[in-house]
Amino acid sequence: MIPVAITVNGKVRTAHVEPRTLLVHFLREHLNLTGTHVGCDTSQCGACTVIVDGRSAKSCTIFAVQADGSTVTTIEGLAADGKLHPVQEGFWEEHGLQCGYCTPGMIMSAVNLLQDNPSPDEKQIREGIAGNFCRCTGYQHIVNAIQHAAKHGGGKAAR
Amino acid sequence: MIPVAFDYQRATSVDDAIAKLTASGGKAIAGGHSLVPLMKLRLSEPGTLVDISKIPGLSGVKEAGGKIEIGATTTHAEIAGSKLLRDKCPILAEAAAEIGDPQVRNRGTIGGSLAHADPASDLPAVAIALDADIQIKGRSGARTVKAAAFFRGFYDVDLAAGELIVAVHVTPVRSAAYAKLHQRASHYAIVGAAVALDVKGGVIQSARVGLTGATTHAIRLAGVEKALAGKKADGVAAAVASAAGEAGDLNADLHASADYRKAMIPVFVKRAVERALARG
Amino acid sequence: MTTSAPVLPKLIGERVKRREDPRLVRGLGTYVDDLKVTGMRHVAFKRSDIAHGTIRKIDTSAAEKMDGVEAVFTGADIAKILAPMPIGTPFPSPPHYAVAADTVRYAGEPVALVVAADRYVAKDAADAIVVTYDPLPVVVDPEAAMEGKPGVIHKDFPNNLAVALVPSGTGVAPDFSKIDNTAVDKAFAEAEVKISQRMVNHRLVPNAMEPRGVLAHWEPGKETMTIWSSTQNPHILKTMIAAMNGLGQHQVRAIAPEVGGGFGAKINIYAEEYVCSVVSKKLGIPVKWIEDRTEAFVATTHGRDIIGYVDIAARKDGKVLGLKMRLIADIGAYNMLLTAAVPTLTMLMANGTYDIPAIRTTLTEVFTNKTPTDAYRGAGRPEATYFVERAMDMLARELNMDPAELRRKNFIKPNQFPYQTQMGAVYDSGDYEKTLDVALKAANWKGLIAERDKARKEGRLVGLGLAFYVEVCGLGPSSSLPTGGWEHGQVTIERDGRITATTGASPHGQGNETTFAQMLADQFSVPFEHVTILHGDTGIVKQGIGTFGSRSQAVAGTALHLAGAKVKKKMAQFAAAMLEASEDDIVFENGTIGVKGAPAKAKPFAAIAGYAYVPVPLPQGMEPGLSDEAFFEPANNTYPFGCHISMLEIDRETGEPTLVKLIAVDDAGNLINPLIVEGQIHGGLAQGIGQAMIEEAVYNDEGQLMTGSFMDYAMPRATDFPRFEMASTVTPTPVNPFGAKGVGEAGTLGSTPCIVSAAVDALSPFGVKHIDMMLRPEKLWKIINGGGRS
Repeated sequence: MIPVAITVNGKVRTAHVEPRTLLVHFLREHLNLTGTHVGCDTSQCGACTVIVDGRSAKSCTIFAVQADGSTVTTIEGLAADGKLHPVQEGFWEEHGLQCGYCTPGMIMSAVNLLQDNPSPDEKQIREGIAGNFCRCTGYQHIVNAIQHAAKHGGGKAAR
Repeated sequence: MIPVAFDYQRATSVDDAIAKLTASGGKAIAGGHSLVPLMKLRLSEPGTLVDISKIPGLSGVKEAGGKIEIGATTTHAEIAGSKLLRDKCPILAEAAAEIGDPQVRNRGTIGGSLAHADPASDLPAVAIALDADIQIKGRSGARTVKAAAFFRGFYDVDLAAGELIVAVHVTPVRSAAYAKLHQRASHYAIVGAAVALDVKGGVIQSARVGLTGATTHAIRLAGVEKALAGKKADGVAAAVASAAGEAGDLNADLHASADYRKAMIPVFVKRAVERALARG
Repeated sequence: MTTSAPVLPKLIGERVKRREDPRLVRGLGTYVDDLKVTGMRHVAFKRSDIAHGTIRKIDTSAAEKMDGVEAVFTGADIAKILAPMPIGTPFPSPPHYAVAADTVRYAGEPVALVVAADRYVAKDAADAIVVTYDPLPVVVDPEAAMEGKPGVIHKDFPNNLAVALVPSGTGVAPDFSKIDNTAVDKAFAEAEVKISQRMVNHRLVPNAMEPRGVLAHWEPGKETMTIWSSTQNPHILKTMIAAMNGLGQHQVRAIAPEVGGGFGAKINIYAEEYVCSVVSKKLGIPVKWIEDRTEAFVATTHGRDIIGYVDIAARKDGKVLGLKMRLIADIGAYNMLLTAAVPTLTMLMANGTYDIPAIRTTLTEVFTNKTPTDAYRGAGRPEATYFVERAMDMLARELNMDPAELRRKNFIKPNQFPYQTQMGAVYDSGDYEKTLDVALKAANWKGLIAERDKARKEGRLVGLGLAFYVEVCGLGPSSSLPTGGWEHGQVTIERDGRITATTGASPHGQGNETTFAQMLADQFSVPFEHVTILHGDTGIVKQGIGTFGSRSQAVAGTALHLAGAKVKKKMAQFAAAMLEASEDDIVFENGTIGVKGAPAKAKPFAAIAGYAYVPVPLPQGMEPGLSDEAFFEPANNTYPFGCHISMLEIDRETGEPTLVKLIAVDDAGNLINPLIVEGQIHGGLAQGIGQAMIEEAVYNDEGQLMTGSFMDYAMPRATDFPRFEMASTVTPTPVNPFGAKGVGEAGTLGSTPCIVSAAVDALSPFGVKHIDMMLRPEKLWKIINGGGRS
């Protein structure tokens, strides 16, 4: 067991973990932050996407021990003071989700995208979420959702 | 989804990493985006992981003495976004931007990609085309290997136990480009061609060509390089025609037969040459 | 029959934002894997790594010795506490043990399981189990399998025939007592043009983003079983779990919490659900199993996989005279809940939207050593659409006719509805020509043709495709569904005037919490926010069937509406007593209940609700309270339809296809929430386009799934699609009071043939007439380079 201290959604969380504990399991099982999902085991679907040290990352492909000392934002940490993040608002406004399973990861990728590029065109949006699979929506409403978020300050919003 | 148990050590310096790798016989991990997926499927079961991701000074893109040095733990996203590379050596930024997806690029590193040497990964071809110097450190000190010699076989590179890639040095070339046929599930390369040209007045003075995805490991196509020398745009198609023959035994899998790869090699070498020529 | 449109009140028909979303966008939804129960242990399965063989030996000793391992069960152990799994169709079926007892018949079949303290230990222990097999010949090719080659998978099923040659169509008596081929033979004898083509509607992996998961909790004290599962139909699950555990239905509560997509693959009641329940009961502890994705690739049912030998006969003017379809379904190693029934829907819908005088279909279902198939979005209907539409397209090409005009010539006409097909269906309503015209206009069909021709002159490989579909939805009359085809709804007006309703439909992305609330808010004229829809928990929802076959709105929505009408009537009686008016004069308006012509008398809705629970004095002949339920069984299915048009460009050098344009015009009858309907269509399109262009489950000769992960099975990404262009027509159904037909699967029907037809069109300069899906670049490249023509 190895001690780790990871700042998650603004709070330092300490634990002793097996080296093989995946960050996603640390978040879900140790911290009960179950909004981050697991949709595959080959690092492709993006359901587990969180922000690590300011960049979107697949938390199923990082060991918790690697994230020791890092700052992590999960979907639960996105809304500030009970107010939805513009990307979350966009997904609600534009029906950017159906079953909701890919949604947290998709939103975190969109946050990363808008942070890099606050007014992306449609092609850039589609490329920006290429690491996130959605089986329900056919992506069109997700694209609309991100466009909506971009129009409403999604790129500038605090994380 | 669950890897086999292993020991984990974090290295504080390159020397520390080498010592830890040597003592444990373990594997280095930086971004982990080549290794962790295999570990989760239990296709790779290292006893020890030595984390080199937090070693100071091992990451970053900088220019010195007409060369560009890219630290081993520089991420694909950093390479894709580097203004220096986009201005002076756009092929690297362009190829890095085609790797995986945004999250993978945020974590995956150039050192990891080269050391892992997946036969379908993009950067090995680019490193060969740029005639990159791969800087390695081990117990017995530092050494430099040319990219074309570094890739030796199927997941086999010139890296001994306890050795570590510390940096990649390239001489920047503007007239260089990478063109890739995507495998539609993984977005790895079925065929990926990297070409670096020396062009004067629209005439190719010399060329260097790297190929990935088609064979057991990334290779240099010296014959094509020769054929390209002295050609203008209109002579490219004929010059690259021999590319497949030179590549030797070609991979065949679910996604593409050897015949198809054979046909695609010249297509993508040509596309890379044309794009490189367009960069002037 | 008249098909006049029901009156649409105010929220129905509006693009209301979903009320499910605020929790889901914050990551606060609760899926099975998010649940923890005190004392819970984790289950991991050891699965067969070969496709066919007998189990010689299972060594569990190393697993048993591991720290944290609670128990290990082999197939033989499980067989003592669990009978072979039942199926939901009337066809004969071989015994199917949840954990293989002596023989494995597909790679991925469970052979043992471990119960352990956490999922890491469970995985380690499952890996430590050593199984020795004696291999048997592996049956992969369904057409060889039909001749018993290279072996037989189930001993009582010679030649691997699960369902042997069922005929249907013109001249076939419903009980098969008479098969008269005269009309069909005559049609083909008289035809001036005939087309014959073998087509493959290939195997797919459903891949809901949430893999399956189960948490089974037997409480020995209460003698009750609670089972949470990522399922589309908790009530069916409850019934089956009770039956297989020897329990009464009153002892089982099944809960579908938040479910991360189903697409048909979560209808089936799976081995893992049964096993977790019996293991929890045996050990007296809660146990959880969560599927890994690589596990899901082999352990969750696959979809499609039907070969069609299609013959079409026509006159030179384009009038189709006859259609023959010989169907061979590769159903994999076992019959699952609905496996055998799915291909029968291909037969049922064989004639598509056309009035064809003579039709003969036959169906054979074959066992192979592969993962079993079952429903996958569309379930049998996309296959039918694909076969008949590709045949129509080939005919148009042969006759050099515009594909739209060929279809127009053969459509069932509006005055023919309700239309009894020769396949046994009664199409409820339709106006196909109108939809075709809307589609041609929306797509600018003539403009697209000019664009294609111009591109072709420039040497580019551009093609156009057009396909029409009709689908059977809103399932359905109980005569056609072994579970019963009804749905259940209960509406309760709470004491404070809020409305709580339960529905037997169990959504997993369809947005019923929103659409059903829209309906009830309109029905009672109360604010949307005052209506709550509960679902997915058999402890709360008294009865139900589930969500599949695009039935939620048409069947469950109607059940709720009928329950609401009963409650509304009673509420009107209370209001009449309180307001001293006649029941007939009571009006529900803007959150009040009042008397016609006397607006001053109106009371808040909540006041009447409160009175109903403390009625002093109690009106004569009435019981207190406002709650009622309804079962609704439709008299017929619904038959939505539509037209899809696509433009595709193929890279001449590489064969890579790019979808340039897709126009979808769908007619699902009246819509409750067009925003949600669009989302459903988009999703269906993505799966249809995925099938046509990039998705394919490929097995090798050893029965190994070569596309067993997202590394090799291409899941559609945002970058794989253009922006879809949408339009709609509205032809209401008379089958339910909303006139709504159902839309969940529509997108998968028209898209596949329209894309393949576009690819054939693009490559027509090379003489190609048909291309099997998916459009693998190498396949197209071969055609361009003079090979692989068919």
